[in-house]
Amino acid sequence: MARIFVDGRPHDVRADVSLLDAILSAGIDLPYFCWHPAMGSVGACRLCAVKKFKDENDVRGKIVMACMERVEEGLRVSVEDGEARACRAAVIEWLMTNHPHDCPVCDEGGECHLQDMTVMTGHVHRRFRFKKRTFRNQDLGPFVTHEMNRCIVCYRCVRFYREYAGGTDLAAFAGHNRVYFGRHREGPLESEFSGNLVEVCPTGVFTDKTLKRHYARKWDLTSAPSVCIHCGLGCNTIVGGRYGRLRRVLNRYHPDVNGYFLCDRGRFGYEFVNSEKRILSTRCVPKRSVGTSDHKGGPIGEAAWALAQANRVVGIGSPRASVEANYVLKKLVGPENFFLGISDSEAGLASLALEILAAAPEGPASLKTVGESRAALVLGEDVTNAAPMLALALRQTARQKPLDDAGRLGIPRWLDGAARTAAQDATGPLFVVSPYATKLDGVATRAHRAAPADIGRLGFAVARAIDSAAPAPEGLREEDRLLAAEIAGALRDVERPAIVAGVTCGEDSVLRAAANIVAALRAAGRFPGLCLTFPECNTLGLALVGGRRLEELLRELPANPVDAAIILENDLFRRAGPAEVDKCLRSIRELIALDHLENATSARADILLPSATFAESAGTLVNNEGRAQRFFRVMPPQGEARESWRWLRDIGVALARPGFERLEVLDDLIREMAAQVPALEGVRDAAPLSSFRMDGQKVPRAPHRESGRTAMNAARDVSEPQPPGDPDSALSMTMEGRPGIPNPALVPFYWSPGWNSGQALNMYQSEVAGPLRGGAPGRRLIVSKEGPPPYYPAPPPSGHENGKWTVVPVHHIYGSEELSSLSPGIAELSPKPYLLMNREEAIELGIEEGSLVELEAEGVKLELNARLAVELARGTAGIPVGLPGLFWPPAKRGIIRRVPK
Amino acid sequence: MERPLTQHIRPGGEALSLAEYEKTGGYVPLRRALGGMAPEAILESIRTANLMGRGGAGFPTATKWALMTSGKDARHPAYLVANADEMEPGTFKDRFLIEGNPHQLIEGLIIAAYTVRADIGWIFVRWAYKKAAARLEKAMREAYDAGYLGRNILKSGFSLELLIHTGSGRYMCGEETGLLNSLEGKRAVPRARPPFPQISGLFGMPTVINNVETLCCVPHIIRNGPEWFLRLSRTRDGGTKLYGISGRVKRPGVYELPMGTTLREILSDQAGGMREGFTFRGLLPGGASTDFLVDEQLDVRLDFSDGMKSGSRLGTGSIIVLDDRTCPVGFVLNLETFFARESCGWCTPCRDGLPWVEKTLRAIEEGLGEPDDLAVLNHHASGLSPGRTFCALAPGAMEPLQSALKHFGPDFERHIKEGRCPWK
Repeated sequence: MARIFVDGRPHDVRADVSLLDAILSAGIDLPYFCWHPAMGSVGACRLCAVKKFKDENDVRGKIVMACMERVEEGLRVSVEDGEARACRAAVIEWLMTNHPHDCPVCDEGGECHLQDMTVMTGHVHRRFRFKKRTFRNQDLGPFVTHEMNRCIVCYRCVRFYREYAGGTDLAAFAGHNRVYFGRHREGPLESEFSGNLVEVCPTGVFTDKTLKRHYARKWDLTSAPSVCIHCGLGCNTIVGGRYGRLRRVLNRYHPDVNGYFLCDRGRFGYEFVNSEKRILSTRCVPKRSVGTSDHKGGPIGEAAWALAQANRVVGIGSPRASVEANYVLKKLVGPENFFLGISDSEAGLASLALEILAAAPEGPASLKTVGESRAALVLGEDVTNAAPMLALALRQTARQKPLDDAGRLGIPRWLDGAARTAAQDATGPLFVVSPYATKLDGVATRAHRAAPADIGRLGFAVARAIDSAAPAPEGLREEDRLLAAEIAGALRDVERPAIVAGVTCGEDSVLRAAANIVAALRAAGRFPGLCLTFPECNTLGLALVGGRRLEELLRELPANPVDAAIILENDLFRRAGPAEVDKCLRSIRELIALDHLENATSARADILLPSATFAESAGTLVNNEGRAQRFFRVMPPQGEARESWRWLRDIGVALARPGFERLEVLDDLIREMAAQVPALEGVRDAAPLSSFRMDGQKVPRAPHRESGRTAMNAARDVSEPQPPGDPDSALSMTMEGRPGIPNPALVPFYWSPGWNSGQALNMYQSEVAGPLRGGAPGRRLIVSKEGPPPYYPAPPPSGHENGKWTVVPVHHIYGSEELSSLSPGIAELSPKPYLLMNREEAIELGIEEGSLVELEAEGVKLELNARLAVELARGTAGIPVGLPGLFWPPAKRGIIRRVPK
Repeated sequence: MERPLTQHIRPGGEALSLAEYEKTGGYVPLRRALGGMAPEAILESIRTANLMGRGGAGFPTATKWALMTSGKDARHPAYLVANADEMEPGTFKDRFLIEGNPHQLIEGLIIAAYTVRADIGWIFVRWAYKKAAARLEKAMREAYDAGYLGRNILKSGFSLELLIHTGSGRYMCGEETGLLNSLEGKRAVPRARPPFPQISGLFGMPTVINNVETLCCVPHIIRNGPEWFLRLSRTRDGGTKLYGISGRVKRPGVYELPMGTTLREILSDQAGGMREGFTFRGLLPGGASTDFLVDEQLDVRLDFSDGMKSGSRLGTGSIIVLDDRTCPVGFVLNLETFFARESCGWCTPCRDGLPWVEKTLRAIEEGLGEPDDLAVLNHHASGLSPGRTFCALAPGAMEPLQSALKHFGPDFERHIKEGRCPWK
């Protein structure tokens, strides 16, 4: 800490940040463009000019850029100084010489940092009387719109895209006042993080192309704090809607989870909510009960009647439904009849993961912990595709050691340009061991290819190399032993190494290996962070609710027929082979399904209940670090859709089951669940309950407008309708409520006087890029156990079967996740089905790129086009995960044949 | 009068070959340096000689070199870079030195590298200097063959690899940190200082960047001693200086003269005064990014430390003369067009300010000036000042403008009032 004086007033600020950081953290408005809290200072825009004085007797002072100044004890500066103000206004005047006056038709208008800074500096009169320079724009793909004429050349885009996120296809071209930010030729941006350009750009050069199709101004949007549902990381989002359509997703800063950024799946995957495939009305064709019911009770009555008639009712839960919905279903059908809606192998992996996380001495590691680690090992995962924001964190991990080295030369980390010059292309220890090539290989110390079982064995060897008490795998090849020793040395070298593994590679020995490495590092006196990935947004929440295995149901069914089944937000054809699922569904007499969009399972439902999406409901999801996080309704459910838990509650009430009538609002459900299930007790504290008030008022979902309420319905009726209510949260559905900064779990938008853009976030943090005022949202449910974690025994050597290929799941950021794939932009970038083969092995079989091949095991047969890769472990073949109609049983080995032409 | 740097150069002729250079005593200083002089002793000689950097800023060379860390904490490879990206308008002294005597530069570079314990030397040659680059390449091969470069030079244990890089023709590459970025294959934008290149320079490693003329002085200091070097000068900055002069003078060219020679001497005695029919109005003393000086200021001594307190700078020591038959507005417009084009686009004031200046000057020159234009020009002249811009390019660009407004203000006003250029 240091005491500095800003315009004569003392402020105690951090000494290891730039002066600009310190001034903003002190709550003082100081304009800036090129500086970014996550990316530091480069001194390009020259906007944050302040006057610096040598001492208290110095009255002349000199102009410096706050972003490039170090904080020093006793530093005296002035923000209000006339010369400094004139400097800042001059910079805006220069930027405005070329900036078009197109704010009324610009998508950034109303939440534009350039607008804010222009107003803040007081530049109001145009003196430049010459022509503005103009550019040609590029089509950058389905996500990001390009309008270069608006560019103020702050370099943030390329700094984020290339330096922070590792992209290569966006660059600065040309020079002087014609610097151009774009691709060398038109085409979709290749980075998985391109959507962040929309938020990183301080003006309207890069804007959200999905928003453009159904545009609304920030002040016309109703927004709610939400949690991304497109992978297991639980990134925090702000989701905006209007007129019953979802319009966009923005980052919601969480210091420990996603920081300032989102991946493109998370940002642009939302459009499924507006899809034509949405189920918006109930479908009630209880064909096998026709004639015995008069349908008077509507779908609920019908469902209740069907359940009442049934001897046995089962419920199938979902890893993409809220904890609350799963809980109510389990309550409705009883624990013995509640089945986890995930494949058996995944369920096994999830419960193993839960066990390992609970035993990890440091508890599950957050993305922040991973990003700050000085060494990391990725075991088995393609994180860029399965948990993209984890890949972004690991890119920062790789930078830590070079930044530390730069620090030893006296270069602070926030001095970004200098730190990058010193670091060059150096990376810290990052090891990637995976079946196929991953995008992180480029920043990895070593990237190693192996079949999943061999990855597990290598991991065990790493643990053994760290601690001789750890069990050793048998029959390890010498080169693997050397690699294990190298990895072990690098991990042991640092105080807080990170171990990344997950369930998406489908191999339990990899998880056990990760656990053993963590245990070994702990035994060696280190503080390892364990980060496991899950493919879906609530896999861990579902595991905490607990239920029986789906395969048990499939096995029982023929002998133990089921009269009625309720399937919650789940397409079973993604969970098991088509024949099995088909057999299962046939043997169920009455099938009640709840879902958002039509799919293969919903098509088979006798009673189909439209369930509200994440944007139309509230609930809790548990992310990969066991953090319970609440999402809130952005807009009322569309059509006849309702929250799944409300459908299930009503069925319970109709059946006169005890306790169901008490569950009127989400709070009732959360309170009961917290009391009934000890593991879920923390859910209650994930966010303030609906009774929460600020000064007796709710938190408004829309920013205020000077003109009062919007007139959005005036075209139909001039009388103001009653705004929709939301009994499940402390948020109002309009601008009504207490303005100001709410509890961080309830932030529906960022706004602060003078700051209409998302940069207002600075005011929501107790220090810039640091903690949120009011603490980090969410509640971690996994409490790490005392004492050293146990070692798992080493797996036996894996027997390779000649002529059989181990089939590994290949994840795609676009295509592998169910709901985002139903959004047009994501669908456009999704791959066609293929079989990934090792090039050498394929050539041995006479298979070329694109050849039609057959993959067969007993009972399953797929015909696919071959895609050849140099980087794929021999003996393995890859199948893209989650593509419609493409299912391969986990861990099943297959034979590959060339299909004759 | 001694002219150590240029005495053997055959103007317009071939470069000195290795044999010819050695015949003039070439590489003897290198043998002496490597044959027993400690780097510290060489540094001390350079310090005593008061050798000021000849690239324009006049920074003491010894101070620059001393910032390189030595001993076991020193990071390697360390680099020594010769800045031969001579692109300041009106400046052609380094080309003269390279084309005429490339070995002199190479020898100076090797001694400098030995002194700062550099492992790799680079010569960054301006794109347009094809002949200079070709002659340097040839000289470099000769030096390698003779054992002056490469591993274990002259069995001294000191090794140095030399590389020659030709730029792509950007003024910004002459700024030493822009040059480093360009050498690394990055955009030629300047870097923030601190950290200085001696701490984190080329590829993030310790680096010294010296001007060609500076390095060319080094062998002579080693050969004749620092006291001799000081005696060459008429001021406390040691050595001779290559002064260039262009414009409507009788004998434009490069002249090696004692440091501290007055402008009037150069203009009258060396360049022979103005050509017939042309009257002197003013001059830029040290390249395009220095302030105009007028007749009553011509007795100032041209050096870095003392003489230039008259309100301009020695800069590169390359004089551009303005005569009465050239429009001062057009003269400045020509310079600002260059600077606006050569702005790297990194910082706002330079990138967007210089084009505004250029457009305003063009409007005035074309008779489309408006009364408020002078206020706009003055706003830039004071606003594009050191510290407000990222590097020295824009402040340098403002020096001729603000001094032109001061000395030739009535000419600007006439353009605007008459709505035409009086010279056309």
